Amino acid sequence: MSNSAYKAMWENLNLDIEAHDGLLEVLGKFYGDIYMSQEKRLKGMEYLDFVLSEVHGLRVKELMDAKEAGRKIIGTFCVFVPEELSLAVDAIQVGLCAGADAGTEAAETVVPRNTCALIKSFIGFKMAKICPYTESCDLIIGETTCDGKKKAYEAFGEMAPMHIMEVPQRKEESDRALWKSEVLRLKDELEKLTGKTITAESLKNGIKISNDKRRALQRLNTLRAAKPTPISGRDVLLINQISFYDDPIRFTQSINTLCDQIDERIANSEGIVAENTPRLMLSGCPMAVPNWKLPYIIESSGAVVVAEESCIGTRNSRDLVDESCETVEEMIDAICDRYMKIDCACFTPNNERMDNIKELAEQAGVDGVIHYSLMFCQPYTHEAFKVEKTLASENIPMLSIETDYSMEDVEQLKTRVEAFVEMIS
Amino acid sequence: MIAGIDIGSRSMELVLLDPDDTNNEIVLERRLATTFDPASQLKIILDGIAPEIISATGYGRKLVTEELCGVTTVSLTEIKAYALGVAHLFPEARTILDIGGQDTKAISLMKNGKVAKFEMNDRCAAGTGKFLEHLATVFQIPIADFGSYALEGDEPLMINSMCTVFAETEATSLMAQGKNPRDIALGLHGSIVRRTTNMLHRVGLNEPLVFAGGVANNPCVINMLTDALKISPSVPDRPDMVGALGAALHGKSVLKIC
Repeated sequence: MSNSAYKAMWENLNLDIEAHDGLLEVLGKFYGDIYMSQEKRLKGMEYLDFVLSEVHGLRVKELMDAKEAGRKIIGTFCVFVPEELSLAVDAIQVGLCAGADAGTEAAETVVPRNTCALIKSFIGFKMAKICPYTESCDLIIGETTCDGKKKAYEAFGEMAPMHIMEVPQRKEESDRALWKSEVLRLKDELEKLTGKTITAESLKNGIKISNDKRRALQRLNTLRAAKPTPISGRDVLLINQISFYDDPIRFTQSINTLCDQIDERIANSEGIVAENTPRLMLSGCPMAVPNWKLPYIIESSGAVVVAEESCIGTRNSRDLVDESCETVEEMIDAICDRYMKIDCACFTPNNERMDNIKELAEQAGVDGVIHYSLMFCQPYTHEAFKVEKTLASENIPMLSIETDYSMEDVEQLKTRVEAFVEMIS
Repeated sequence: MIAGIDIGSRSMELVLLDPDDTNNEIVLERRLATTFDPASQLKIILDGIAPEIISATGYGRKLVTEELCGVTTVSLTEIKAYALGVAHLFPEARTILDIGGQDTKAISLMKNGKVAKFEMNDRCAAGTGKFLEHLATVFQIPIADFGSYALEGDEPLMINSMCTVFAETEATSLMAQGKNPRDIALGLHGSIVRRTTNMLHRVGLNEPLVFAGGVANNPCVINMLTDALKISPSVPDRPDMVGALGAALHGKSVLKIC
């Protein structure tokens, strides 16, 4: 469908139409250069291309139709917000745009300049009125995963309806108790918002849908570890990004279909790149749509990404919620347990992240790791040192990159990434 | 002939090697300013030369593969090029410091000369050749003489800022206080050295250390670096040719495989 057909919808959402048109144009061009130029792409990626081409169109229309039918839209910024609960009240949970420089000037009137690009981005998208998802939300869930976000939500809360979850910073018994109380508080909030009560049946269904999505992503991650790798890192990143806003059931089906094609490709020993191409893991901060800068540089430098140790990657799909529970109480506990396993750098000491990185490096058979920190992201920039030390003990070389969404350092990044690829080749 | 070419931000260098010479003696070398029109400068530097292969490094490395038709071209990063060039000139070297026009690189080498680890400045050109070049103009001293000028100072004055613009402000206020300009110049050189020693320690500084790149022509940086590290770095005769030499050596290895 053409953009003009959606214009009325965007106007209803009170978007700044001119600025929004500009964003779509840049996004389209960027996507064309980075994605459509790839050779030997899997047929199943057409679905992802379609979803992305309709990211502000058809999917938003679906959200509008759902709202019309009385369903609620819940926006999130973080993998700590349990989608199971939103699904259990028949709401739609979407991850909000935070991957491009937009409205930066406006954002800097409410947050300090030395704030990470991701935070500035979600505030900028809101203030510039160019994100139809943010504008569709009935409630946006924030979380205290870092000081930057925590304080930014105070400003954001003046512009949009928010609920903040407190994420603990350690994994002791008392921390789990805090987290459980936060999960229960969210449950109450969602029930109040939707007028629906979470039942054992609805929660079980929510858990099943979320787990199925994770299982499909786990399957994809297992398959891509084949040598030669059957799918580009850029495509897997895109899949992970889309997992945050597509309809979960449809998404799961599409990824399983894609995985069937990958099975065939592996059976024929077909790869997206030659078998001797250096294999890299990307580790660190999340890459929200359309932040494809670093993966594109890496894959244009003669290497291929075979693992994303990131929230928009394995951190979001690695652990499942126990499906054997029968009562709401048991299921809430199972959800708490699953989410407390997240190895976000906001925890201390977070040694499990080091173990998970080692394990993933081995599973995916990587030749090196590129650690990516967003500039001013204290938690991940700190952990870069630990990750490097951990990997050194396994004789896996690591390159630490600190960057943001701007393009001004692309040439320097290319030199560093190419030199790293030369080094491990 | 094999041509190695290093297209940097400030200058480009060319080295020719004879494919049959096992000692890899340099047959010819040339140097030219990169200017705002590197494509034209590239044609000038290659004038009258018909190499079998051109191996390019530096920021403009992709320019060579795009601009030159009918010649086999390959490219490599400056990091690998300096590693190869240094390993040829100083086979024992374990660490390289390369300060060029807008980049500083610290490279640690394995015993076999391969790159083990490297550090490079990111988006800002603070503490590089460009920094010295800009500040030399403030002192109205030719860049080639700035190092010797600074060495005439007695007491380096503290310059805190790494940023070229802020460092200039600091230098100007020291001048306004009537401080000896040679001491200020000495302080400016000291700030470059502080930045690079940090970078060297991050890659793990093993001896012997080789200092290359255009800034290795500056005697004051060499002296202050020696004082700060308590190590005397080896400096090639023509430190700015090392990248082009490394590129040529890479070109030769590619030619052998073909």
